[in-house]
Amino acid sequence: MRYALHKIPVFLLTLWGAITLNFLLPRLMPGTPSEAALAKFAGMGPVSPSQLRAIQATLGVPHGSLISQYGQYLNDIAHGRFGISYTYFPEPVSKLIIQALPWTLALVGTVTILAFIIGTLFGVLAAWRRNKLFDTFATVSCTFSSAFPYFWTGLLFLFVFGFVLGWFPIKGGYGASMSPNMSFSFFGNAIYHSLLPAGTLLVSGMGGWLLGMRNNMIPTLGEDYVIFAEANGLPSRKIALRYAARNAILPNLTGFGMALGFVVSGSILTEVVFSYPGVGFLLYNAVINNDYPLMQALFLIITITVLVANFLVDLLYGWLDPRVRR
Amino acid sequence: MNFPLLDNNIKNLLTKEELAKKLSSRSSNSGTFIIRAFLTLWENRKARVGIAILGIFILTAILAPVLSPYSPTSTNFSRSAAPSWAHPLGTTGQGQDALSQLIWGTRVSVFVGFAAGALATIVAVTIGLVAGFVGGVIDTILSFVVNLALVVPSLPLMIVIATYIPGRGIGVIIFVIFVTGWAWGARVLRSQTTSLRQRDFVVAAQFSGERLPRIVLREILPNMTSLIAANFFGAATAAVLAEAGLEFLGLGNPSIVSWGTMLYWAQNNSALLTGEWALVFAPGLCIALLAASLSLINFGVDALANPRLREHK
Repeated sequence: MRYALHKIPVFLLTLWGAITLNFLLPRLMPGTPSEAALAKFAGMGPVSPSQLRAIQATLGVPHGSLISQYGQYLNDIAHGRFGISYTYFPEPVSKLIIQALPWTLALVGTVTILAFIIGTLFGVLAAWRRNKLFDTFATVSCTFSSAFPYFWTGLLFLFVFGFVLGWFPIKGGYGASMSPNMSFSFFGNAIYHSLLPAGTLLVSGMGGWLLGMRNNMIPTLGEDYVIFAEANGLPSRKIALRYAARNAILPNLTGFGMALGFVVSGSILTEVVFSYPGVGFLLYNAVINNDYPLMQALFLIITITVLVANFLVDLLYGWLDPRVRR
Repeated sequence: MNFPLLDNNIKNLLTKEELAKKLSSRSSNSGTFIIRAFLTLWENRKARVGIAILGIFILTAILAPVLSPYSPTSTNFSRSAAPSWAHPLGTTGQGQDALSQLIWGTRVSVFVGFAAGALATIVAVTIGLVAGFVGGVIDTILSFVVNLALVVPSLPLMIVIATYIPGRGIGVIIFVIFVTGWAWGARVLRSQTTSLRQRDFVVAAQFSGERLPRIVLREILPNMTSLIAANFFGAATAAVLAEAGLEFLGLGNPSIVSWGTMLYWAQNNSALLTGEWALVFAPGLCIALLAASLSLINFGVDALANPRLREHK
């Protein structure tokens, strides 16, 4: 508990940093993004004054002090006012993000947990059979698969399993004839559509966990307590999982934040390849249309989501490792 | 965000490096040092494969005008042709020879990888040294910025910056990659500097009246060589992949010839759905091989610093 209380201020400070970075970015850039955005809206129809102010607070205005702009910006964010989208005019940005976020959360969340479990277990196996066939195969293939660009793996999967073999749908998050609802048939359809993107993320994301676990585990296998357990005649599976792996898994978790960053980046590209209705695809559409309000809000939401996930893993780490709780 | 075990590892690693240095030679000038480092790298099987692949790509980049059968931008051929003897990888939707594009594209990827990797490493070394050596408030502020930059997902940040910057090109790509890619190195090098600062030889140098730049350059920096090298190869790997991703999304200059823009055009012309898989397969494979070669070399660099990871014969 004390560990958690110690972590909360650090988390809040990082959160503040990310929100401030989001405020500074458009203001540090050449040109005036807010004017460019507002000029685009001019031809589209009426924009309500409060939306206008929200856009200016996010992207910057030439007049007004930076401090007052910052106050307005924080106030707008606290109330979820991010202005309106240019690409999907006149939809509010917040509504678009709320629609897209569950798709990415479900996809990235599931894949991250799966990649961690599968990768770690294979890493244990590779370390246990060091320099045997499985180890060589796993190490070499993971070194290459983590070097695959995510979108390329996605394109290949799409071509082979979607186009040539026709096993999976090649685009979208659900069938064209369906609309999102809470029925089993819709969930089944959505899961079916998510298998290829998920497989893409899994292939590229698993390697890091495997290699990390293998390299942590090898020194552990030389420890006295492992040799002692072996001398006592414990079954090797028990030694590997209950003695060695338990101690080797902790350093693997410390890299979680960065790993999550990679998967989120990868999911953006993967969602573009599969036209998956998540935040990555939305970000892509915002970028190609120079839809600054939508882009800036998406960047903020993605960053905050990663920070929160990271914070949760930090807490989990404290629970798993009594040494850092002090 | 704390990485306590990692920091411990770095401390352990240092002692071994120092030890190895003491054991291996009394006088080491930089020339023999580079040769020795290369030989140790070459002994590592993974690093050897990596060096070989990287060597082939570098040669291809240099010899592109000799190797490529046609001009990469010439659009004189029939469009979207299937692979044939005249065009081993087929032609693009604009009627360019895909193999020539692949060969010329090597230049961009190798250059961006090395340039962005080097810039990110320079920034990482500078920030790591300053934060680790100066300490105090400056260290606290820098460490906060570093930790923030570490957890902010890099691709969205690169995308946002690249979208705001007017103009498209390799310069912009290199800029966004290095602006977002220095944090990990800065963190590692900062902990290394912090632990080195308290070593006897650094304290002795301070007491003997050496000036700060000399202590940093002559006492601290040489003890971080392998970490800096590992950081460079790591940053270069990330840069190669990031460049491809950004260009694929259309944030590069689509009129230059690179692997990323080849993929961008292949996707725009729906090359996969017309069965022209070679246009997607070949550049992606090259990106993967180049990135993998850099990470393979890094296995060797790790073994250079940490004898525990060396392969047993």
